[in-house]
Amino acid sequence: MDNPAIAAIIASMKPDSDVLIAGGGLNGPALALALASGGIRATIIDPTPKPTRKAADFDGRAYALSLTSVNMLKALGVWATVADHAQPILDIVVSDGKAGEGASPLHLHFDHREIEEGPMGHMVEDRYLRRALLNAVDHPLITQLEDSVTAQRIIPGGIEVTLGGGKTLTARLLVGCDGRQSGVAKRAGINRMAKDYGQTALVCAVEHEKPHNGTAHQFFMPPGPLAILPLPGNRSSIVWTETHARAAAIQALSDTEYLEELRPRFGDFLGKIKLAGKRFTYPLGLIIADDFATDRVALAGDAAHGIHPLAGQGLNLGLRDVASLAETLIGAARIGEDIGNPIVLSRYAQWRRTDTATLVGATDTINRVFSNDNPLLRLGRDLSLAAINAIPAARRKLIREAAGLTGDLPRLLQGRQI
Amino acid sequence: MSATQTKSTVDDTEIAKFEAMAAEWWDPTGKFKPLHLMNPVRLGYIVDQINTEFNRDATSLRPFEGLRILDIGCGGGLLSEPMARLGAAVVGADAAERNIPVAQIHAEQSGLEIDYRHTTAEALAEAGEQFDVILNMEVVEHVADPLAYLTACQQLLKPGGLMVMSTINRNPKSYIMAIFGAEVVMRWLPRGTHEWDKFITPDELFALIEQAGLKPVDRKGFVFNPVKWSWSISDRDLSVNYVTASVKP
Repeated sequence: MDNPAIAAIIASMKPDSDVLIAGGGLNGPALALALASGGIRATIIDPTPKPTRKAADFDGRAYALSLTSVNMLKALGVWATVADHAQPILDIVVSDGKAGEGASPLHLHFDHREIEEGPMGHMVEDRYLRRALLNAVDHPLITQLEDSVTAQRIIPGGIEVTLGGGKTLTARLLVGCDGRQSGVAKRAGINRMAKDYGQTALVCAVEHEKPHNGTAHQFFMPPGPLAILPLPGNRSSIVWTETHARAAAIQALSDTEYLEELRPRFGDFLGKIKLAGKRFTYPLGLIIADDFATDRVALAGDAAHGIHPLAGQGLNLGLRDVASLAETLIGAARIGEDIGNPIVLSRYAQWRRTDTATLVGATDTINRVFSNDNPLLRLGRDLSLAAINAIPAARRKLIREAAGLTGDLPRLLQGRQI
Repeated sequence: MSATQTKSTVDDTEIAKFEAMAAEWWDPTGKFKPLHLMNPVRLGYIVDQINTEFNRDATSLRPFEGLRILDIGCGGGLLSEPMARLGAAVVGADAAERNIPVAQIHAEQSGLEIDYRHTTAEALAEAGEQFDVILNMEVVEHVADPLAYLTACQQLLKPGGLMVMSTINRNPKSYIMAIFGAEVVMRWLPRGTHEWDKFITPDELFALIEQAGLKPVDRKGFVFNPVKWSWSISDRDLSVNYVTASVKP
């Protein structure tokens, strides 16, 4: 080089890590593991001490993992330790209900034997999944930092992040897996459209007298849907939706009074019920980022989209982001591309956009049609549920949709290595 | 810069055109957007050919360790940088002097060591340089004497070495797509970037490669889909942009 001034002006860029991940919950560690499987180094940054994140007792939270999410956990090598605590979902029964009357006789029934891939999904408690992922990230290509991200700025060839302690880190790319309040999205100036459903989800787990036989139930009630999802043993996870005001009033009740509210909605098909674990409420809203990626920044999981937890698709959608992002980045690295380049990141954003829009739209519409007590609409949806039930092809299509088998599937979701 | 252009086949007016564009190289939304859009497909083909020819592990992130690669017409380094990132020792050569500092600055920002030189294939061949791989992408349609140029490339390759070369076909469709479409309608490239009569058909190119003493082993098309707004690789459609792989016996 015959222009020494150039070398003097330009500081050479050797990043501390390939990818910085803000957020060490579920999607963050899953992403770090997926990237490590392709040889990409990641640093997970989370202010909550890892032992605290890991040692959580059963708090009533559980996930309905789709078949494809289970495939992915298998491919990442974390399913083996989760499997013993997972309840396969063998059947899904969807019915239209009215509080105090139980389910309408016209309903929709999905049986996993109708598709060749096996159970449509598994119910897994948050504590087991979290522990398995957090144990797995003790990996030579993964660095874990107990800190928070307070600032981020684009620098030549990368991004620089400032931590709570004042230290700075550089990388090719910063990924926000930092949830609904995503600071990464905010600082990157990515606008997120938010919509309030005027509803709150009440979440709890119950123990019941009779076995659930691996059947998941979804009742569409006028105030909002009620889901009964089978957990290992004679336990089920309940997600129950009410208006904000009703939910606040119910949450304030004693456990006994709470159960009295729940029981008539629940019906008596599982025998006597009692609470197992804590009670939670989550205000329901739809949040969707205008962009899943911008220069040197990508978003995944709730940072990119928070959806109505109606079909238990929140985490599944997050893992789909993770699988697509990891496949895009590893594919780019294998042909020598700069993985933080906006052209690489736009491939991820494009891949996820259609899928997310479809699911968000469908979930939104289903909720609006069913959260209504108009007698005509009620008759109409009873008839259409019965009609879908009568047509095997339509039913199979919905089963495959629920199992996550539709769309342009990333390799990890097919259970294959990237 | 000490370029020894003894017997250059590069057309001076061609060099001047690219000099005017040099500063824009690395802006993915700027003037070189079409090249940035096409780059992943080109890279996919190049990396695949090199991994196959030299028996490298395609899942490795540094499969090119130990390979010496020459990128002719390196421009701002859009191909040189990925090659260096994959572990190769890269020489980026460009006949347009202004491209060299642009490429150097960017390589340093990317934390990559690349030997950029203001020189030509002919000068490098005369100096006795040897390479495992030569990248010859979108260059041959700009040189004054393609056979002399390809002969220099042949001399630069070690026995068993690989040359990947892409260019534009010559037919009415390529005229419409590459000149009328890219230069006039889309204004992707400055007018006058290409001269249609310099375009070469795949059969003509294969004949030239053989005359230069190399053995053509593969040819594929790069196809732009205006609906998806993206490029893909095609076994059959070589009607506009196409790529070839050849080896030195």
